[in-house]
Amino acid sequence: MDFKLKIWRQRNAKEKGHFETYEIKGIEEDASFLEMLDILNEQLIREGADPVAVDKGCKSSGPVSFDHDCREGICGACSLYIDGRAHGPDDHVTTCQLFMRHFKDGATITVEPWRSKGFPVIKDLVVDRGAFDKILQAGGFISVRTGSAQDANNILIPHDKAEESMDAAACVGCGACVATCKNGSAMLFVGARVSSLALLPQGRPEAARRARAMVAKMDELGFGNCTNTRACEMECPKGISVEHIARLNREYLKARFSE
Amino acid sequence: MADKLISKIPDGPLAEKWTKRKSEIRLVSPNNKRKLEIIVVGTGLGGASAAASLGELGYNVKVFCISDSPRRAHSIAAQGGINAAKDYQNDNDSIYRLFYDTIKGGDYRSREANVYRLAEVSASIIDQCVAQGVPFAREYGGYLANRSFGGVQVSRTFYARGQTGQQLLLGAYAALNKEIAAGTVKSYPRHEMLDLVIINGQAKGIIARNLVTGKLERFGAHAVVIATGGYGNTYFLSTNAMNSNGSAAWQCYKKGAYFANPCFAQIHPTCIPRHGDQQCKLTLMSESLRNDGRIWVPNNLEDVKKLRAHQIKASEIPEERRDYYLERRYPAFGNLVPRDVASRAAKERCDAGFGVNETGQAVFLDFSDAIKRLGHQKVAERYGNLFDMYEKITNSSPWKEPMMIYPAIHYTMGGIWVDYDLQTTIPGLYAIGEANFSDHGGNRLGASALMQGLADGYFILPITIGDYLSHKFAEPKTDTNAPEFEQAEKAVQERIDKLLSIKGKQPVDVLHKKLGNIMWDYVGMARDEAGLKKAIADIQALKKEFWSDVCVPGTNGEFNQELEKALRLADFFEIGELMARDALNRTESCGGHFRVESQTEEGEAKRDDAHFMYVSAWEYKGEDKEPELHKEPLKYEFIEVKTRNYKD
Repeated sequence: MDFKLKIWRQRNAKEKGHFETYEIKGIEEDASFLEMLDILNEQLIREGADPVAVDKGCKSSGPVSFDHDCREGICGACSLYIDGRAHGPDDHVTTCQLFMRHFKDGATITVEPWRSKGFPVIKDLVVDRGAFDKILQAGGFISVRTGSAQDANNILIPHDKAEESMDAAACVGCGACVATCKNGSAMLFVGARVSSLALLPQGRPEAARRARAMVAKMDELGFGNCTNTRACEMECPKGISVEHIARLNREYLKARFSE
Repeated sequence: MADKLISKIPDGPLAEKWTKRKSEIRLVSPNNKRKLEIIVVGTGLGGASAAASLGELGYNVKVFCISDSPRRAHSIAAQGGINAAKDYQNDNDSIYRLFYDTIKGGDYRSREANVYRLAEVSASIIDQCVAQGVPFAREYGGYLANRSFGGVQVSRTFYARGQTGQQLLLGAYAALNKEIAAGTVKSYPRHEMLDLVIINGQAKGIIARNLVTGKLERFGAHAVVIATGGYGNTYFLSTNAMNSNGSAAWQCYKKGAYFANPCFAQIHPTCIPRHGDQQCKLTLMSESLRNDGRIWVPNNLEDVKKLRAHQIKASEIPEERRDYYLERRYPAFGNLVPRDVASRAAKERCDAGFGVNETGQAVFLDFSDAIKRLGHQKVAERYGNLFDMYEKITNSSPWKEPMMIYPAIHYTMGGIWVDYDLQTTIPGLYAIGEANFSDHGGNRLGASALMQGLADGYFILPITIGDYLSHKFAEPKTDTNAPEFEQAEKAVQERIDKLLSIKGKQPVDVLHKKLGNIMWDYVGMARDEAGLKKAIADIQALKKEFWSDVCVPGTNGEFNQELEKALRLADFFEIGELMARDALNRTESCGGHFRVESQTEEGEAKRDDAHFMYVSAWEYKGEDKEPELHKEPLKYEFIEVKTRNYKD
């Protein structure tokens, strides 16, 4: 398969970015989107395209930087906005599990980084998602010291509750929800963590504090408000439901009343 | 220098060794812990759990990872589960049985005392993780559920769907976040350790590259913990994440830490087969699938031919024309034989011409019986997400046609040599999790990597490191302006400058693929003397090619992924060579290491206990010099060493 790729290039956080267009040929339809980018990068390196040479008039900025790691849809590193959709045209996948058979031969594909105030661009398609770590550090945990735990079967958790908690815990922290949301809200990410722990008896003692602290941190870091468009749920690679946002709202309200 | 290999295994009965060692370990008082600094490199299950637990104890911890967040470490991708000797199933499991299965599964090449301790602390791991809010699978009564894994006859594996590694890592990461918030741990994401700094023979810090700015930074400490995983990516194609690498461990080796059993690499039997030259990564399908899936190939070449030509579908081949070769060869364990055995059996059938896809390198993993027996819903609950994942990748539904699978490199049992305290041959340098060598011998059993990472990080290292630190609190903070830091940083800078100045023709990945092909062909599932000698020569030649013809675009002073890859690949050449050397030395077959020269008439691996019941520990002797082999004899005092038998 052959494609024309329109890719966002930006040397660093300070400089302005721009689109560059590349042609790529002979891609197998079973190749993943990121394998296709690997092949493009190999091509750009062989052409001698070099970011340093751009200053001297070279027309290409060299290999494209993009975050990736596990390539099996679980680490949450990959983060591309493809043809206007987070993680591209397939449903319930991360970019690394998007395959070229989902594109038409000869198509022009536009690739951009996550665009959100909360995620500044580091280079090309790589963004800084450190804000997610900070939100979780604000309270996305259960305060148990190593060695303090009782026997695991002393905490009984009904099958369905455990499953529901697991549904929320499946979040990979990729940031597609934020990138998709017109308000740049991180409510699905925060809701998933708050809800996953709130559903479990172990998570109850800190539930109020957790909801308050994580929401406050999210606001502080510049993420927007939720206006219930449900776009986040649509684009979440793990299909995490906005019901978890509803549970976050309930937990948050309860927490405010208990203040 | 063989006297460096003192394993420090406590005397006394097996079941009392850990208790005894703990009672001997000196303590550090809380006010002194505050004065002590520890560097933890890596944030997988081992690194995250260690950093969090050390922070809780009151030490000053700095934790480093190469990803944008600690949560992305490759432990996250472990699917099937974690073992623990809880005996919740009343199927006569015990600490002894978990210990015994692990030693036997490792083909009698691991230390009794270490493995027993692993089994002993396994139950506490489950308790800890549940308390953290890890949503393990539950029975309807609310109790924890279990499943079975390869190489064992009990159900002791705890799981969270097919995402157990993710959930355990998120638990450890949450514990880490708690400590970061408390100020005891400082986190350095997007930082890569490029050298270890040694002062007066002791590990005192690291040189790390800030991957965003490219700046080299110095970090000092009283002790350094390596938790950077394995070196499976030496093969280029593996189930490891793209950024997984052996470089941090390798820098420790080059600074004097012995490297143990490098040839012990695990080849996982159930991976999605390769599809073409453009592939960069192999995807694992959890071993848990072998609980209910049956592995087979046709018993006649006629059907094989038709399958490859897409003239028939697997589901159309009747029962009597199928060869369930694992059930045939190993009736007692059937589809649940250990990974090394299952992988070799798949290779044997494919080499004999029975491979079921175009490349001839695939076998079937069939769920049709399980779907009939358990019903769609039960199967979906157990494996639904794995089925979805398989279908996304291959465009074929396991509900309708069997999966196609083939073995791939997955894990490395070898690693930095450590003593019972998990300390390396360099004082003050510790190695935990997959980065060390100690618990899995020649082959790791499924669901044991998660167990080991968390055992080391939560319950072992935080205690044992105290023994070393107990006489360090009077020492001042490490001065990162010391000449040793200066020199280490300069050496790293020179390496980077050299790579950038070559400006050759070949991209890093192209050279990495070439290395991968050498490794897979000669240091893969079957190894022999001639092939290993050829591998060593070929790798040396390729390394020269790399250092004269690699093309690394860009500069050091920026986010530069090609430079990151080049630095890692430079080490992979050397790791690959040492793996081949170790495989050449070990003329026996053992666990994942299969020497063609050493097999039974039935083609089973033949161990040579008389000559090889030892850990090989290699010492670096300098650039282009042959490393020196040291041997740590393995003594089995508590169990009888037998030939592994999964037949009856």
